[in-house]
Amino acid sequence: MSSWRHATLLMVILIVAAALAPAASAGEETVRIGWLSQAVKRSLPLSYLDQPPQDEGIQGARLGIADNDTTGHFTGQSFILAEAIVPEDGDVAAGLRELTAKGIRLVVTDLAAPELLSAAGMPEAVGITFFDTGSASDRLRGEDCRANILHLLPSHAMLADGLVQYLVAKRWQNLLLVVGHGDGDREFAGDIHHAALKFQARIVQEKPWTFIPGARRTDTGHFAIQAEVARFTQGISYDVLVVADEGDEFGDDLSYRTFDPRPVAGTQALVPTAWARPHEQWGATQLQERFLHRAKRWMTDRDYAAWMAVRAIGEAATRTKSADPAAILAFMRGDRFELAAYKGARLSFRSWDGQLRQPVLLADARSLVSVSPQPGFLHQFSELDTLGIDKPETKCRMG
Amino acid sequence: MPNGLIAAVAIAFLCTARITAADTIYVSNEKDNTVTVVDGKTLEPVKTIPVGQRPRGILLSKDAKSLYICASDSDHIEVLDLVSDKISRTLPSGADPEYSALDPSGKLLYVANEDDNLVTVVDIDRGEVVTEIPVGVEPEGMGISPDGKYLVNTSETTNMAHVIDTATRRVIANILVDSRPRRAVWTADAAQFWVSAEIGGSVSVVDAAKREIVKRITFAVPGVPTEAIQPVGIAITRDRKLAFVGLGPANRVAVVDAQSYEVLKYLLVGQRVWSLAFNPDQSRVYTTNGVSNDISVIDVASLKVIKSVPVGQAPWGVVSRP
Repeated sequence: MSSWRHATLLMVILIVAAALAPAASAGEETVRIGWLSQAVKRSLPLSYLDQPPQDEGIQGARLGIADNDTTGHFTGQSFILAEAIVPEDGDVAAGLRELTAKGIRLVVTDLAAPELLSAAGMPEAVGITFFDTGSASDRLRGEDCRANILHLLPSHAMLADGLVQYLVAKRWQNLLLVVGHGDGDREFAGDIHHAALKFQARIVQEKPWTFIPGARRTDTGHFAIQAEVARFTQGISYDVLVVADEGDEFGDDLSYRTFDPRPVAGTQALVPTAWARPHEQWGATQLQERFLHRAKRWMTDRDYAAWMAVRAIGEAATRTKSADPAAILAFMRGDRFELAAYKGARLSFRSWDGQLRQPVLLADARSLVSVSPQPGFLHQFSELDTLGIDKPETKCRMG
Repeated sequence: MPNGLIAAVAIAFLCTARITAADTIYVSNEKDNTVTVVDGKTLEPVKTIPVGQRPRGILLSKDAKSLYICASDSDHIEVLDLVSDKISRTLPSGADPEYSALDPSGKLLYVANEDDNLVTVVDIDRGEVVTEIPVGVEPEGMGISPDGKYLVNTSETTNMAHVIDTATRRVIANILVDSRPRRAVWTADAAQFWVSAEIGGSVSVVDAAKREIVKRITFAVPGVPTEAIQPVGIAITRDRKLAFVGLGPANRVAVVDAQSYEVLKYLLVGQRVWSLAFNPDQSRVYTTNGVSNDISVIDVASLKVIKSVPVGQAPWGVVSRP
C-alpha cells in the first residue's frame, strides 16, 4: 500500500506540474491578504481539558489560503498570506504598517475591539479593509462601527438570539440569567434580555456570580462549589439557567449542581457558537478533517472565522476573475456574493453593519444540538436576519 | 371514452406496471453502514446487507450483477455481488471516496476523493489504481459522457465543474457554477450536462460542446425559505423531456421541462431529499430522503408521489436494477 502510495504521489506531482504549467504561463495573478493579530494572555479555562491553542485563528487563515490556491490552480490566481503577529506588549500600529508597506489592502485581524478600532483609525488604514475575526462585540457593529471593517464571527446579539430562539421553540421560556464580571458578559446578558423581549421568553431573575472558589484544582474543592451553586439557585422557579461567562471562570461549574434539575446554556454547556467540534452537517466533516490534518488540533470558532474571511476574499476573486482589492470588495459587499461555509446556508455581509449573516450552531462538548434560526422564526428578507441586529434597529452610522 | 380505449389504456397500464415491477432497488444508508434492498414490485424492503463504513455513492456494474459502493470511511470501494448479496471484493479508491462514475465500457471507475482533491481512476478487473487527477477542493459529483470521452467532476468548495478528457486524463475546461456544486448529470444525447449547486440553490445547464452555461435554473416553493432550497440529485429522462431535481431540506422534488427549463411542479417527498434514480423504463423516480430515513417513489406519468418506503438511517445513494 505504501509503495503504491509513493508511486501515485509522484505521479500526482507530475500531473499537477503539467496541469499547472499552462495556467502559470497565462500570467498568474496574486491576491495578497494580510494577517494582523496580537498575542494575548488567556486565562486558563476552568476545565483542564481544553488548553487555549497558541496558533488560534491563523491556522484557519492558512487553511483558507490553501483552499483558495487549489481553486486558483484552475483560474490562474494564487493567494499569499502576509503574517504580522504582534507580541502581547507589542505595537499593533507597527504591525499594520508592515503590511501596508507591502501594498496589502485586505487585512484579516484577530484583535480585541479597542486595538482593532485604533488600527482602523490610523492614517495608513485609509483604503484598507479589515476582516474582524476576533471580536463578537455588539458595539463594534453598532455605535463603534466603521465602514472599513467586516465582521466574520457572529455578534453577541446573534448568539443570544440563536440560543433564545431554540429555548422558546422548546417552550423553556423562563430563564434564570447568571452573569460574570466581564464587559462581554454584561453585553451578552443584555442581548439575552433583548432576545427574551423579541421572542417572548421571560427572565425570571438576573444574578451576578460573585462566589470566588479560590484555587480550582485543590482536592475536595467540588464540595464547596456544589453547595454554593445549590444555594445560589434555590427558591427560584425557572426552566433554564442561562450563563454569561466568557472568561470561563465559573460557567462549567453550574451544570448538575443547581438546586432543581435544570439545564444550563449560554457561554457554557449548551453554547450558541459560529463553529463547534461536534458539527458535521452540510459537509462540515470535510472542513474539520482538513483542519485537523493541518493544525493537529480541532478548529475553534476563531479559526473558522479566519478561514471564512480568507475564503470570502477567494470566492470574490474567483467570481470577479480579479486580484484587485477594490473589485473583490465591491463584489463581496454586493447582492451576488454568497459564501458556502458548511452551515447549509448562503452567507453574505449585511450592508448596515458589515456583519456576516450566518446560522448559529447550538452545541455542547460532544454533540450538535440544533442550528438557529429555528423553523417558524420568519423574516421578510432572510431568515438569517432574525439573528442579531436588523437594519431598522442598527445603531451603526457609517460615514 | 370508448370501451376499447379504456381496455387498451388498462392493458398499457398493466404492462407498465408489470415492467416496472421487475426492478430491485438498492439504497446505501450512510449512518447504518448497510445497503437496503427494496422489491420494486411490492415496494417493501426485503433485506438489509451490512457493508463498509459510511456507504455513500453506489452504482451498478455494466452487467448489473454487482453494485459498486463508495465506503467513505473504509477508504475503499466495495463490490457487492448481487446474487449472493455479499461483498465479493474491494477496490482501491484513494481516501474518502464519495461518489463514482463508471466508464461506458464497464472497465474503469472514476472516483471522487473528497479529502484529497483528487479523482482516482480505478481499473476494475485488475483492482488497481491507474492514475489520479488533481481537481478542486472537495470533489464530489461525477458525470461521464454517454460516449465515455469526457468526465465532469464538481468540486464543492472550488465551485467548479471540471471537464476531464478521459483519453489524456487531464482537466481541459473549468466552468464556474454556483456555490457548492454537487452532481453533474449528462443528457442522453450528450449535448448537455446539468450541474446542481446546493448552496447556490440552482441548477446550471451546460452546453457540452461550447462548455458554457446556457441556463441557470432557480426554484421557488411557496412557504419554503429560499435558504432551504438546496438542489442535489438530478435525473433527466432519456428523451430529455423532463428533469427531476431533489431540493434537499425543501423536501420537494422539482419537475423541470428539460427543453424550456421551466419548473412545472414541485412534488412533496421525504425530508432532505438527496439522490434520485430512475427505474429501468423510467416510469418511476426513486429519491433518498436523508433525514426521514425513507425513499419516495414518484410516478413519472402522473407526476405524483405514490409511496414512501422506510430504509436505514441517512439513506444516501439509490440505484434500480432491472
